[in-house]
Amino acid sequence: MSLTVIKQGLQDTLQDAGRWGHQAEGINPTGAMDQYAMKVANILVGNDPVEAVIEMHFPASAFLFTQPALIALAGADFAASINGEPVPYLHPIMVGKNDVLQFHKPLSGARSYLAINGGIAASEWLGSSSTNLKASIGGFAGRNLHKEDELLTCQPSIAMYMPQHEYRVLPWKADIRWPDEHTGILVLPGREWERLTQESKENFTMTSFLITRQSDRMGYRLNNIPLHTLTNEEVVSSAVSFGTIQLLPDGRLIILTADHQTTGGYPRVAHVISAHLSKLAQYQPGDKVQFQFTNHAKAEELFLKQQQYLQQLQKACTLRLKEFLHAG
Amino acid sequence: MALAPFIYEIFALGDTAITIDLGNRIDKALNEEIIYRYYQFKQEPLTGMIEAVPAYSSLTIYYDIAAVRKKIQDGSTAFEYLRKEIERKLLRPVQTTNIEKRVVDIPVCYESEFAPDIDKLIIHKKISREEIIRVHTFSSYRVYMMGFLPGFAYMGVVDESISVPRKTQPVSTAAGSVGIAGNQTGIYPLDSPGGWQIIGRTPLQLFDPGKQEFSLLRTGDEVKFYAISKDEFYQLKKN
Repeated sequence: MSLTVIKQGLQDTLQDAGRWGHQAEGINPTGAMDQYAMKVANILVGNDPVEAVIEMHFPASAFLFTQPALIALAGADFAASINGEPVPYLHPIMVGKNDVLQFHKPLSGARSYLAINGGIAASEWLGSSSTNLKASIGGFAGRNLHKEDELLTCQPSIAMYMPQHEYRVLPWKADIRWPDEHTGILVLPGREWERLTQESKENFTMTSFLITRQSDRMGYRLNNIPLHTLTNEEVVSSAVSFGTIQLLPDGRLIILTADHQTTGGYPRVAHVISAHLSKLAQYQPGDKVQFQFTNHAKAEELFLKQQQYLQQLQKACTLRLKEFLHAG
Repeated sequence: MALAPFIYEIFALGDTAITIDLGNRIDKALNEEIIYRYYQFKQEPLTGMIEAVPAYSSLTIYYDIAAVRKKIQDGSTAFEYLRKEIERKLLRPVQTTNIEKRVVDIPVCYESEFAPDIDKLIIHKKISREEIIRVHTFSSYRVYMMGFLPGFAYMGVVDESISVPRKTQPVSTAAGSVGIAGNQTGIYPLDSPGGWQIIGRTPLQLFDPGKQEFSLLRTGDEVKFYAISKDEFYQLKKN
């Protein structure tokens, strides 16, 4: 045993890079909404960046550690504490037996990630441990975490080899600011972008849109000025993606997110670029989103920059952890 | 097999997927070509390809930007590189001999208990229950694509006499429910909210994650429905 859920959160699930390769059979990829934060948390504890983590929404679960562990938090800041003492995000943290991790307040962002050194044992299906809530499969029994669930680590935690087993914050921090000067969300035009009227096109890029409460892991509904198309020609269903922005029949927009269906039949107005999905994942209902068009060259450059940044972080963190363990 | 030349367009589905579109319509010949190409790309994957997803008249390739960019010497984008690679591949005709043709028979109980929307059809389409069953079981249907839910098959084409638009609001729908939406028919593999008009239920399990072949149906299959009684339904369900 490694940690026990002592209070149930709103919707906390095990997620990894997603279940790819079976969309042709209707299996949606799922996976962590904020892949960047997931990777940062894993890197901080010395895991493979795509190891399964606990994705939390606020109010989040509370956990009791039944064994020493090396953990890290990344993504949304939910004002975490261990045994009532505030703990920082983006640091590796040693926790001891009987320590309690809690989250008190949603200070920023929508989704928080908890990584544990050694990885969390999860039921794997088709090469992924991500929870598919629709199919009730993968992750922890195919569902969100409940009170009294007991989670195990896949491998004995390196925390066991550390000289002291008391709670402490290790003295290095991940700087997550990768070079990106954009404040809004960059998008690429979708297949049906040209169907929009001139006025609707202008509205799409000139206005910022409110994210409504009808927003979850499947998609974000926006409270935009209804957009109009020049034609009502039906769109025959075809594949969609995390980040696809569809125009619903009432003229409002929906941005598809991690748990989206594999296919859709609504006009595809635009697509959020990969490098900005992490930012998108941290928007909450009530936040405003501003779209700005870009091109493939820029989108790919940003993605590669983000990836290089994670690789550098991994190198640095691996070194620090090694030194720390060696120094005892 | 000599195939008619297809006119296609290639467009970006964001920065990690690329779609080959044969014409935004439900058409058996287009769908056959899509499936041939799907198997072709599965056998000879494109650079950095993660997976390919066939739909009615389109095929979408998901790719890893970094893996594609590694191959590029001339500074072009991963999207442009893949577009050219796809264009080259489409010039070559596909080998059509190695795709298994399957016919799947599916028992359906059309009795009221399992058919919450059949009365609507009777009134709306001025057709008797017997006639609905006769029409629905008469044709065989092609699985044009999978989507919506794990193991959900989009099948067509439904005869005009029983074709009805989907509900305006999704309602909770039981696993096994057989529905109609426009000229499509489909079966819910799981309990789910859904908007299709439900005219019956199959005792078969459409989706079983414990099996190697977890989906009963796959794209390109031919499906034939046959009517069963409630007793037969429960008998089959037990087995």
